[in-house]
Amino acid sequence: MARPSDPSTAASDVHRALAEVVAAERLSIVATLIRTTGDWELAEDAVADATERALQRWLRDGIPARPAAWLTTTARRIAIDVLRRRDTEGRKLALLAMSDVPHDETTGSRHPMGDDRLRLIFTCCHPALSLEAQVALTLQAVSNLPVADIGRVFLTSENTMGQRVLRAKRKIANAGIPFRVPPADLFPERLDGMLAVIYLVFTAGYTRMDDGLAIEGIRLGRLLRELMPDDDEVRGLLALMLFQHARRGARMVDGELVTLEEQDRARWATDTIGEALSLGPVGDGERGPYRIQAELAEVHATALDAGSTDWLRIVALYDELLAVHPSPVVALNRAVAVGMSDGPLAGLRALDAVAEELPDLHLVAAARGELLARAGRIAEASSELTRAIDLAPTDAERRQLERRRRELGPFCP
Amino acid sequence: MKYMMFVCTDTEPDPPSGDPKLDDVEDWVARHDASGARVMGDALRPVADATTVRKRGGKVLVTDGPFAETREWIAGFDILECADLDEAIDVAAQHPMARFGRLELRPFWGDAEGGPTQ
Repeated sequence: MARPSDPSTAASDVHRALAEVVAAERLSIVATLIRTTGDWELAEDAVADATERALQRWLRDGIPARPAAWLTTTARRIAIDVLRRRDTEGRKLALLAMSDVPHDETTGSRHPMGDDRLRLIFTCCHPALSLEAQVALTLQAVSNLPVADIGRVFLTSENTMGQRVLRAKRKIANAGIPFRVPPADLFPERLDGMLAVIYLVFTAGYTRMDDGLAIEGIRLGRLLRELMPDDDEVRGLLALMLFQHARRGARMVDGELVTLEEQDRARWATDTIGEALSLGPVGDGERGPYRIQAELAEVHATALDAGSTDWLRIVALYDELLAVHPSPVVALNRAVAVGMSDGPLAGLRALDAVAEELPDLHLVAAARGELLARAGRIAEASSELTRAIDLAPTDAERRQLERRRRELGPFCP
Repeated sequence: MKYMMFVCTDTEPDPPSGDPKLDDVEDWVARHDASGARVMGDALRPVADATTVRKRGGKVLVTDGPFAETREWIAGFDILECADLDEAIDVAAQHPMARFGRLELRPFWGDAEGGPTQ
Protein backbone atom coordinates (compact mmCIF):
# COMPACT_ATOMS: atom_id res chain seq x y z
CA MET A 1 0.00 0.00 0.00
CA ALA A 2 2.99 2.30 0.40
CA ARG A 3 3.84 4.72 -2.36
CA PRO A 4 7.13 3.94 -4.10
CA SER A 5 9.85 5.03 -1.76
CA ASP A 6 10.54 8.72 -2.09
CA PRO A 7 13.89 9.51 -0.54
CA SER A 8 13.26 13.22 -0.93
CA THR A 9 10.39 13.16 1.59
CA ALA A 10 11.52 15.57 4.25
CA ALA A 11 11.51 14.39 7.84
CA SER A 12 9.32 17.35 8.76
CA ASP A 13 6.69 16.21 6.21
CA VAL A 14 6.65 12.77 7.80
CA HIS A 15 6.27 14.22 11.29
CA ARG A 16 3.49 16.48 10.14
CA ALA A 17 1.64 13.74 8.22
CA LEU A 18 1.90 11.40 11.20
CA ALA A 19 0.73 14.03 13.69
CA GLU A 20 -2.28 14.76 11.45
CA VAL A 21 -3.27 11.14 11.03
CA VAL A 22 -2.86 10.43 14.76
CA ALA A 23 -4.98 13.46 15.66
CA ALA A 24 -7.71 12.37 13.23
CA GLU A 25 -7.67 8.61 13.67
CA ARG A 26 -6.18 7.63 17.04
CA LEU A 27 -9.47 7.74 18.92
CA SER A 28 -11.30 5.62 16.34
CA ILE A 29 -8.54 3.02 16.23
CA VAL A 30 -8.26 2.78 20.03
CA ALA A 31 -12.04 2.62 20.45
CA THR A 32 -12.44 -0.14 17.84
CA LEU A 33 -9.60 -2.15 19.39
CA ILE A 34 -11.18 -1.79 22.85
CA ARG A 35 -14.47 -3.07 21.47
CA THR A 36 -12.90 -6.04 19.71
CA THR A 37 -10.34 -7.04 22.37
CA GLY A 38 -12.04 -5.79 25.54
CA ASP A 39 -8.57 -4.76 26.71
CA TRP A 40 -7.97 -1.02 27.16
CA GLU A 41 -4.26 -1.22 27.81
CA LEU A 42 -3.67 -3.52 24.85
CA ALA A 43 -5.62 -1.16 22.59
CA GLU A 44 -3.76 1.96 23.70
CA ASP A 45 -0.35 0.27 23.62
CA ALA A 46 -1.01 -1.12 20.13
CA VAL A 47 -1.78 2.35 18.77
CA ALA A 48 1.25 3.85 20.51
CA ASP A 49 3.50 1.10 19.06
CA ALA A 50 1.96 1.52 15.60
CA THR A 51 2.64 5.28 15.78
CA GLU A 52 6.26 4.63 16.65
CA ARG A 53 6.58 2.07 13.87
CA ALA A 54 4.97 4.51 11.42
CA LEU A 55 7.57 7.16 12.15
CA GLN A 56 10.48 4.79 11.48
CA ARG A 57 8.94 3.19 8.40
CA TRP A 58 7.66 6.39 6.80
CA LEU A 59 11.02 8.13 7.27
CA ARG A 60 12.64 5.22 5.43
CA ASP A 61 10.02 4.37 2.76
CA GLY A 62 8.02 7.55 2.42
CA ILE A 63 4.49 8.39 3.51
CA PRO A 64 2.05 5.66 2.41
CA ALA A 65 -0.76 6.52 -0.01
CA ARG A 66 -3.37 5.97 2.73
CA PRO A 67 -1.69 6.82 6.01
CA ALA A 68 -4.86 6.33 8.10
CA ALA A 69 -5.38 2.81 6.76
CA TRP A 70 -1.68 2.07 7.29
CA LEU A 71 -1.90 3.09 10.96
CA THR A 72 -5.17 1.20 11.54
CA THR A 73 -3.90 -2.01 9.95
CA THR A 74 -0.57 -1.84 11.76
CA ALA A 75 -2.21 -1.23 15.15
CA ARG A 76 -4.60 -4.14 14.57
CA ARG A 77 -1.73 -6.46 13.57
CA ILE A 78 0.22 -5.49 16.68
CA ALA A 79 -2.86 -6.21 18.83
CA ILE A 80 -3.41 -9.59 17.11
CA ASP A 81 0.25 -10.52 17.71
CA VAL A 82 -0.08 -9.70 21.41
CA LEU A 83 -3.29 -11.75 21.65
CA ARG A 84 -1.67 -14.72 19.84
CA ARG A 85 1.20 -14.73 22.32
CA ARG A 86 -1.26 -14.80 25.20
CA ASP A 87 -2.83 -18.02 26.35
CA THR A 88 -6.18 -17.13 27.82
CA GLU A 89 -9.82 -18.09 27.53
CA GLY A 90 -10.80 -14.79 26.00
CA ARG A 91 -8.05 -14.92 23.37
CA LYS A 92 -9.92 -16.91 20.74
CA LEU A 93 -13.03 -14.84 21.19
CA ALA A 94 -11.08 -11.62 20.76
CA LEU A 95 -9.28 -12.90 17.65
CA LEU A 96 -12.62 -13.94 16.22
CA ALA A 97 -14.10 -10.51 16.92
CA MET A 98 -11.13 -8.82 15.29
CA SER A 99 -11.40 -10.92 12.14
CA ASP A 100 -14.83 -9.36 11.57
CA VAL A 101 -13.27 -5.96 11.00
CA PRO A 102 -12.51 -5.33 7.33
CA HIS A 103 -8.84 -4.56 6.78
CA ASP A 104 -9.27 -1.33 4.92
CA GLU A 105 -11.61 0.11 7.50
CA THR A 106 -10.22 3.33 8.89
CA THR A 107 -12.80 5.01 11.06
CA GLY A 108 -15.22 2.36 12.24
CA SER A 109 -18.84 2.39 11.25
CA ARG A 110 -20.16 5.58 9.71
CA HIS A 111 -23.45 5.21 11.51
CA PRO A 112 -23.12 7.60 14.45
CA MET A 113 -24.75 5.37 17.07
CA GLY A 114 -22.52 2.53 15.87
CA ASP A 115 -19.38 4.64 16.16
CA ASP A 116 -16.84 3.08 18.51
CA ARG A 117 -15.73 6.55 19.65
CA LEU A 118 -19.21 7.19 21.01
CA ARG A 119 -19.20 3.78 22.73
CA LEU A 120 -15.89 4.69 24.31
CA ILE A 121 -17.11 8.05 25.64
CA PHE A 122 -20.29 6.54 27.09
CA THR A 123 -18.27 3.78 28.74
CA CYS A 124 -15.83 6.30 30.28
CA CYS A 125 -18.82 8.17 31.72
CA HIS A 126 -20.66 5.14 33.15
CA PRO A 127 -22.30 6.06 36.47
CA ALA A 128 -20.79 3.00 38.20
CA LEU A 129 -17.48 4.92 38.04
CA SER A 130 -16.95 7.84 40.41
CA LEU A 131 -17.37 11.26 38.80
CA GLU A 132 -13.66 11.93 39.26
CA ALA A 133 -12.81 8.62 37.58
CA GLN A 134 -15.18 9.45 34.72
CA VAL A 135 -13.46 12.78 34.13
CA ALA A 136 -9.96 11.31 34.46
CA LEU A 137 -10.73 8.39 32.15
CA THR A 138 -12.35 10.64 29.54
CA LEU A 139 -9.31 12.94 29.56
CA GLN A 140 -6.92 9.98 29.31
CA ALA A 141 -8.65 7.61 26.90
CA VAL A 142 -10.65 10.04 24.74
CA SER A 143 -8.56 13.23 24.87
CA ASN A 144 -5.25 11.36 25.13
CA LEU A 145 -3.94 13.88 27.67
CA PRO A 146 -0.80 12.81 29.55
CA VAL A 147 -1.62 11.36 32.97
CA ALA A 148 0.67 13.95 34.61
CA ASP A 149 -1.47 16.76 33.15
CA ILE A 150 -4.68 15.10 34.37
CA GLY A 151 -3.07 14.79 37.81
CA ARG A 152 -2.53 18.55 37.83
CA VAL A 153 -6.25 19.08 37.10
CA PHE A 154 -7.09 17.13 40.25
CA LEU A 155 -4.14 18.54 42.21
CA THR A 156 -2.64 15.09 42.56
CA SER A 157 0.56 13.35 41.46
CA GLU A 158 1.09 11.58 38.15
CA ASN A 159 1.48 8.33 40.06
CA THR A 160 -1.79 8.66 41.98
CA MET A 161 -3.66 9.66 38.82
CA GLY A 162 -2.15 6.76 36.89
CA GLN A 163 -3.37 4.37 39.58
CA ARG A 164 -6.84 5.93 39.51
CA VAL A 165 -7.15 5.62 35.73
CA LEU A 166 -5.91 2.03 35.87
CA ARG A 167 -8.42 1.18 38.62
CA ALA A 168 -11.24 2.65 36.54
CA LYS A 169 -10.24 0.54 33.52
CA ARG A 170 -10.07 -2.57 35.69
CA LYS A 171 -13.49 -1.87 37.16
CA ILE A 172 -14.95 -1.60 33.65
CA ALA A 173 -13.60 -5.07 32.87
CA ASN A 174 -14.23 -6.69 36.27
CA ALA A 175 -17.69 -5.29 37.02
CA GLY A 176 -18.97 -5.99 33.51
CA ILE A 177 -19.60 -2.39 32.41
CA PRO A 178 -20.73 -2.84 28.78
CA PHE A 179 -18.84 -1.11 25.95
CA ARG A 180 -21.76 0.40 24.10
CA VAL A 181 -24.02 3.33 23.44
CA PRO A 182 -26.81 2.89 26.03
CA PRO A 183 -30.16 1.58 24.76
CA ALA A 184 -33.13 3.96 24.44
CA ASP A 185 -34.47 3.45 28.00
CA LEU A 186 -31.11 4.40 29.55
CA PHE A 187 -30.01 6.90 26.91
CA PRO A 188 -31.40 10.19 28.34
CA GLU A 189 -29.92 9.79 31.84
CA ARG A 190 -26.61 8.41 30.54
CA LEU A 191 -26.35 11.28 28.07
CA ASP A 192 -26.96 13.75 30.93
CA GLY A 193 -24.11 12.13 32.85
CA MET A 194 -21.77 12.30 29.86
CA LEU A 195 -22.58 15.95 29.13
CA ALA A 196 -21.95 16.76 32.81
CA VAL A 197 -18.46 15.22 32.57
CA ILE A 198 -17.63 17.26 29.47
CA TYR A 199 -18.98 20.47 31.00
CA LEU A 200 -16.95 19.74 34.13
CA VAL A 201 -13.77 19.51 32.02
CA PHE A 202 -14.64 22.88 30.47
CA THR A 203 -15.58 24.64 33.72
CA ALA A 204 -12.50 23.27 35.50
CA GLY A 205 -10.48 25.05 32.82
CA TYR A 206 -12.72 28.11 32.76
CA THR A 207 -12.68 28.84 36.49
CA ARG A 208 -8.93 28.28 36.71
CA MET A 209 -8.20 30.31 33.58
CA ASP A 210 -6.64 27.15 32.15
CA ASP A 211 -7.28 27.68 28.44
CA GLY A 212 -5.95 24.24 27.49
CA LEU A 213 -8.49 22.41 29.61
CA ALA A 214 -11.35 24.68 28.51
CA ILE A 215 -10.40 24.08 24.87
CA GLU A 216 -10.29 20.33 25.56
CA GLY A 217 -13.87 20.55 26.88
CA ILE A 218 -14.91 22.34 23.68
CA ARG A 219 -13.05 19.78 21.57
CA LEU A 220 -14.99 16.99 23.31
CA GLY A 221 -18.19 18.97 22.75
CA ARG A 222 -17.40 19.27 19.03
CA LEU A 223 -16.66 15.55 18.80
CA LEU A 224 -20.03 14.76 20.40
CA ARG A 225 -21.80 17.07 18.01
CA GLU A 226 -20.12 15.30 15.11
CA LEU A 227 -21.26 11.94 16.52
CA MET A 228 -24.79 13.05 17.54
CA PRO A 229 -25.62 15.99 15.26
CA ASP A 230 -29.36 15.86 15.92
CA ASP A 231 -29.27 15.92 19.72
CA ASP A 232 -30.32 19.35 20.97
CA GLU A 233 -28.64 19.02 24.37
CA VAL A 234 -25.33 18.11 22.68
CA ARG A 235 -25.66 21.25 20.50
CA GLY A 236 -26.76 23.30 23.50
CA LEU A 237 -23.75 22.27 25.58
CA LEU A 238 -21.32 23.15 22.78
CA ALA A 239 -23.04 26.51 22.26
CA LEU A 240 -22.93 27.22 26.02
CA MET A 241 -19.20 26.46 26.23
CA LEU A 242 -18.46 28.60 23.16
CA PHE A 243 -20.45 31.60 24.48
CA GLN A 244 -18.52 31.42 27.75
CA HIS A 245 -15.18 30.79 26.06
CA ALA A 246 -15.75 33.83 23.82
CA ARG A 247 -15.41 36.03 26.93
CA ARG A 248 -11.99 34.72 27.92
CA GLY A 249 -10.11 37.77 26.62
CA ALA A 250 -12.28 40.12 28.70
CA ARG A 251 -12.64 38.15 31.94
CA MET A 252 -9.11 38.70 33.11
CA VAL A 253 -7.29 41.94 32.45
CA ASP A 254 -3.78 42.46 33.85
CA GLY A 255 -4.29 39.51 36.18
CA GLU A 256 -7.52 40.97 37.59
CA LEU A 257 -10.95 39.35 37.30
CA VAL A 258 -13.54 41.50 35.52
CA THR A 259 -17.27 40.85 36.13
CA LEU A 260 -19.60 40.31 33.20
CA GLU A 261 -21.12 43.77 33.67
CA GLU A 262 -17.77 45.52 33.56
CA GLN A 263 -16.23 43.53 30.74
CA ASP A 264 -15.05 45.34 27.61
CA ARG A 265 -17.32 43.66 25.06
CA ALA A 266 -15.00 44.60 22.23
CA ARG A 267 -12.67 41.96 23.68
CA TRP A 268 -15.24 39.19 23.22
CA ALA A 269 -14.34 36.76 20.42
CA THR A 270 -16.98 37.45 17.79
CA ASP A 271 -16.06 34.42 15.66
CA THR A 272 -16.59 32.12 18.68
CA ILE A 273 -19.93 33.80 19.41
CA GLY A 274 -20.82 33.34 15.73
CA GLU A 275 -20.11 29.61 15.95
CA ALA A 276 -22.24 29.37 19.12
CA LEU A 277 -25.10 31.23 17.42
CA SER A 278 -25.00 28.71 14.56
CA LEU A 279 -25.81 25.94 17.07
CA GLY A 280 -29.44 26.96 17.52
CA PRO A 281 -32.18 24.60 18.67
CA VAL A 282 -33.14 21.53 16.62
CA GLY A 283 -36.18 19.30 17.04
CA ASP A 284 -39.34 20.21 18.90
CA GLY A 285 -38.86 18.16 22.05
CA GLU A 286 -38.69 19.57 25.55
CA ARG A 287 -35.79 21.97 26.02
CA GLY A 288 -33.08 20.56 28.27
CA PRO A 289 -30.87 22.36 30.80
CA TYR A 290 -27.91 22.92 28.41
CA ARG A 291 -30.13 24.44 25.71
CA ILE A 292 -31.66 26.80 28.29
CA GLN A 293 -28.25 27.76 29.67
CA ALA A 294 -26.99 28.33 26.12
CA GLU A 295 -29.88 30.75 25.55
CA LEU A 296 -29.04 32.53 28.81
CA ALA A 297 -25.46 32.94 27.61
CA GLU A 298 -26.77 34.07 24.23
CA VAL A 299 -28.80 36.90 25.80
CA HIS A 300 -25.60 38.23 27.38
CA ALA A 301 -23.47 37.59 24.30
CA THR A 302 -25.82 39.52 22.00
CA ALA A 303 -26.54 42.49 24.29
CA LEU A 304 -24.75 45.59 23.00
CA ASP A 305 -23.73 46.59 26.53
CA ALA A 306 -24.49 45.53 30.10
CA GLY A 307 -27.20 48.19 30.41
CA SER A 308 -29.24 46.89 27.49
CA THR A 309 -29.32 43.29 28.73
CA ASP A 310 -32.82 41.81 28.49
CA TRP A 311 -33.19 40.90 32.18
CA LEU A 312 -36.87 39.96 31.92
CA ARG A 313 -35.93 37.31 29.37
CA ILE A 314 -33.11 36.13 31.64
CA VAL A 315 -35.47 35.75 34.62
CA ALA A 316 -37.89 33.78 32.41
CA LEU A 317 -35.06 31.48 31.25
CA TYR A 318 -33.96 30.90 34.86
CA ASP A 319 -37.56 30.00 35.75
CA GLU A 320 -37.55 27.50 32.89
CA LEU A 321 -34.18 26.12 34.01
CA LEU A 322 -35.37 25.75 37.62
CA ALA A 323 -38.37 23.76 36.39
CA VAL A 324 -36.23 21.16 34.58
CA HIS A 325 -33.15 21.31 36.79
CA PRO A 326 -33.85 22.64 40.31
CA SER A 327 -30.66 23.81 42.02
CA PRO A 328 -29.91 26.45 44.67
CA VAL A 329 -27.12 27.92 42.52
CA VAL A 330 -29.56 28.45 39.65
CA ALA A 331 -32.00 30.03 42.12
CA LEU A 332 -29.19 32.35 43.27
CA ASN A 333 -28.51 33.47 39.69
CA ARG A 334 -32.23 34.00 39.20
CA ALA A 335 -32.34 36.24 42.29
CA VAL A 336 -29.53 38.38 40.85
CA ALA A 337 -31.47 38.64 37.57
CA VAL A 338 -34.63 39.61 39.46
CA GLY A 339 -32.59 42.36 41.12
CA MET A 340 -31.70 43.67 37.66
CA SER A 341 -35.19 43.45 36.19
CA ASP A 342 -37.42 44.35 39.17
CA GLY A 343 -35.06 46.37 41.34
CA PRO A 344 -32.70 45.54 44.23
CA LEU A 345 -35.40 45.06 46.89
CA ALA A 346 -37.14 42.39 44.80
CA GLY A 347 -33.73 40.82 44.23
CA LEU A 348 -33.02 40.76 47.99
CA ARG A 349 -36.36 39.06 48.66
CA ALA A 350 -35.61 36.42 46.02
CA LEU A 351 -32.11 35.99 47.46
CA ASP A 352 -33.37 35.49 51.04
CA ALA A 353 -35.47 32.60 49.76
CA VAL A 354 -32.40 30.70 48.51
CA ALA A 355 -29.62 31.86 50.86
CA GLU A 356 -30.42 29.25 53.51
CA GLU A 357 -29.53 26.46 51.15
CA LEU A 358 -26.11 27.94 50.39
CA PRO A 359 -24.94 29.20 53.80
CA ASP A 360 -21.21 29.42 53.07
CA LEU A 361 -21.11 30.31 49.40
CA HIS A 362 -19.21 33.54 48.74
CA LEU A 363 -21.41 34.21 45.71
CA VAL A 364 -24.48 34.64 47.96
CA ALA A 365 -22.75 37.25 50.13
CA ALA A 366 -21.33 38.95 47.03
CA ALA A 367 -24.78 39.08 45.39
CA ARG A 368 -26.40 40.43 48.56
CA GLY A 369 -23.65 43.06 48.87
CA GLU A 370 -24.25 44.13 45.29
CA LEU A 371 -28.04 44.34 45.73
CA LEU A 372 -27.69 46.29 49.02
CA ALA A 373 -25.27 48.71 47.35
CA ARG A 374 -27.76 49.32 44.57
CA ALA A 375 -30.49 49.88 47.17
CA GLY A 376 -28.26 52.55 48.74
CA ARG A 377 -27.65 50.56 51.95
CA ILE A 378 -23.87 51.02 51.73
CA ALA A 379 -22.84 50.00 55.27
CA GLU A 380 -24.71 46.69 55.03
CA ALA A 381 -23.36 46.19 51.49
CA SER A 382 -19.83 46.68 52.72
CA SER A 383 -20.14 44.13 55.51
CA GLU A 384 -21.68 41.56 53.11
CA LEU A 385 -18.75 42.09 50.73
CA THR A 386 -16.37 41.56 53.65
CA ARG A 387 -18.09 38.26 54.33
CA ALA A 388 -17.81 37.33 50.64
CA ILE A 389 -14.09 38.18 50.68
CA ASP A 390 -13.58 35.87 53.68
CA LEU A 391 -15.37 33.02 51.89
CA ALA A 392 -13.92 33.51 48.37
CA PRO A 393 -12.02 30.42 47.18
CA THR A 394 -9.54 32.10 44.81
CA ASP A 395 -7.22 35.11 45.10
CA ALA A 396 -8.55 36.59 41.87
CA GLU A 397 -12.11 36.57 43.21
CA ARG A 398 -10.95 38.00 46.54
CA ARG A 399 -9.18 40.89 44.83
CA GLN A 400 -12.20 41.59 42.63
CA LEU A 401 -14.48 41.73 45.71
CA GLU A 402 -12.00 43.95 47.59
CA ARG A 403 -11.96 46.31 44.62
CA ARG A 404 -15.74 46.46 44.67
CA ARG A 405 -15.76 47.13 48.41
CA ARG A 406 -13.29 50.00 47.95
CA GLU A 407 -15.58 51.52 45.31
CA LEU A 408 -18.36 51.71 47.89
CA GLY A 409 -16.38 54.35 49.74
CA PRO A 410 -15.74 55.25 53.35
CA PHE A 411 -17.83 52.54 55.02
CA CYS A 412 -15.10 49.95 54.57
CA PRO A 413 -14.03 48.49 57.90
CA MET B 1 -21.65 -12.60 34.59
CA LYS B 2 -22.50 -13.53 38.15
CA TYR B 3 -23.13 -10.82 40.72
CA MET B 4 -23.73 -11.04 44.45
CA MET B 5 -26.41 -8.53 45.35
CA PHE B 6 -26.28 -7.55 49.01
CA VAL B 7 -29.61 -6.24 50.24
CA CYS B 8 -28.89 -3.57 52.86
CA THR B 9 -31.09 -1.42 55.05
CA ASP B 10 -30.86 2.36 54.95
CA THR B 11 -31.55 5.01 57.56
CA GLU B 12 -33.33 7.21 55.02
CA PRO B 13 -35.81 5.02 53.12
CA ASP B 14 -38.41 6.17 50.62
CA PRO B 15 -42.00 5.69 51.82
CA PRO B 16 -43.93 2.64 50.46
CA SER B 17 -45.13 3.18 46.90
CA GLY B 18 -48.73 2.30 47.72
CA ASP B 19 -48.65 -0.36 45.00
CA PRO B 20 -48.49 -3.70 46.88
CA LYS B 21 -47.07 -5.42 43.80
CA LEU B 22 -44.18 -2.95 43.57
CA ASP B 23 -43.39 -3.26 47.29
CA ASP B 24 -43.58 -7.06 47.39
CA VAL B 25 -40.23 -8.86 47.39
CA GLU B 26 -41.95 -12.12 46.47
CA ASP B 27 -43.19 -10.57 43.24
CA TRP B 28 -39.62 -9.46 42.38
CA VAL B 29 -38.32 -12.95 43.20
CA ALA B 30 -40.94 -14.65 41.03
CA ARG B 31 -40.27 -12.39 38.04
CA HIS B 32 -36.51 -12.72 38.11
CA ASP B 33 -36.54 -16.44 38.89
CA ALA B 34 -38.67 -16.80 35.78
CA SER B 35 -36.34 -14.66 33.63
CA GLY B 36 -33.28 -16.54 34.89
CA ALA B 37 -31.60 -13.40 36.25
CA ARG B 38 -31.93 -14.59 39.88
CA VAL B 39 -29.96 -17.75 40.63
CA MET B 40 -30.80 -17.94 44.35
CA GLY B 41 -31.05 -15.79 47.42
CA ASP B 42 -32.51 -15.45 50.89
CA ALA B 43 -33.29 -13.05 53.68
CA LEU B 44 -30.92 -13.10 56.66
CA ARG B 45 -31.88 -13.07 60.33
CA PRO B 46 -31.11 -9.78 62.11
CA VAL B 47 -27.62 -8.85 63.35
CA ALA B 48 -28.72 -9.76 66.90
CA ASP B 49 -28.36 -13.36 65.72
CA ALA B 50 -24.99 -12.76 64.01
CA THR B 51 -21.73 -14.33 65.16
CA THR B 52 -18.29 -13.11 64.09
CA VAL B 53 -15.43 -15.61 63.92
CA ARG B 54 -11.70 -14.83 63.72
CA LYS B 55 -8.61 -16.93 64.22
CA ARG B 56 -5.58 -15.08 65.57
CA GLY B 57 -2.37 -16.66 66.78
CA GLY B 58 -3.95 -20.06 66.32
CA LYS B 59 -6.85 -19.21 68.63
CA VAL B 60 -10.46 -19.01 67.47
CA LEU B 61 -12.12 -15.80 68.68
CA VAL B 62 -15.90 -15.83 68.62
CA THR B 63 -17.83 -12.62 69.26
CA ASP B 64 -21.48 -11.70 69.29
CA GLY B 65 -22.76 -9.45 66.52
CA PRO B 66 -21.73 -8.43 62.97
CA PHE B 67 -18.13 -7.69 61.91
CA ALA B 68 -18.86 -4.02 61.40
CA GLU B 69 -20.92 -1.87 63.74
CA THR B 70 -22.98 0.30 61.41
CA ARG B 71 -26.47 1.72 61.40
CA GLU B 72 -27.18 -0.24 58.22
CA TRP B 73 -26.98 -3.99 58.02
CA ILE B 74 -27.16 -6.70 55.40
CA ALA B 75 -30.72 -7.99 55.41
CA GLY B 76 -30.38 -10.54 52.63
CA PHE B 77 -28.68 -11.44 49.39
CA ASP B 78 -29.41 -12.62 45.87
CA ILE B 79 -27.09 -14.13 43.31
CA LEU B 80 -27.76 -12.69 39.86
CA GLU B 81 -26.73 -13.99 36.46
CA CYS B 82 -26.73 -11.07 34.00
CA ALA B 83 -25.17 -10.18 30.66
CA ASP B 84 -23.48 -7.10 32.08
CA LEU B 85 -23.59 -4.50 34.85
CA ASP B 86 -26.36 -2.48 33.17
CA GLU B 87 -28.65 -5.52 33.25
CA ALA B 88 -27.76 -6.20 36.90
CA ILE B 89 -28.48 -2.54 37.75
CA ASP B 90 -31.86 -2.85 36.03
CA VAL B 91 -32.76 -5.99 38.00
CA ALA B 92 -31.55 -4.41 41.26
CA ALA B 93 -33.46 -1.18 40.64
CA GLN B 94 -36.73 -3.16 40.46
CA HIS B 95 -36.14 -4.68 43.92
CA PRO B 96 -38.34 -3.02 46.59
CA MET B 97 -35.28 -2.60 48.81
CA ALA B 98 -33.77 -0.27 46.18
CA ARG B 99 -36.33 2.21 47.56
CA PHE B 100 -36.41 1.17 51.24
CA GLY B 101 -32.71 0.39 51.54
CA ARG B 102 -29.81 -0.02 49.15
CA LEU B 103 -28.34 -2.78 47.06
CA GLU B 104 -24.68 -3.49 46.48
CA LEU B 105 -23.65 -5.35 43.34
CA ARG B 106 -20.38 -7.26 43.55
CA PRO B 107 -19.14 -9.29 40.59
CA PHE B 108 -17.89 -12.81 41.29
CA TRP B 109 -14.18 -13.47 40.74
CA GLY B 110 -15.24 -16.51 38.73
CA ASP B 111 -12.82 -17.46 35.97
CA ALA B 112 -11.63 -13.92 35.43
CA GLU B 113 -7.96 -13.33 34.81
CA GLY B 114 -5.85 -12.64 37.86
CA GLY B 115 -6.63 -13.84 41.33
CA PRO B 116 -7.92 -11.98 44.37
CA THR B 117 -4.32 -10.99 45.12
CA GLN B 118 -4.20 -8.69 42.10
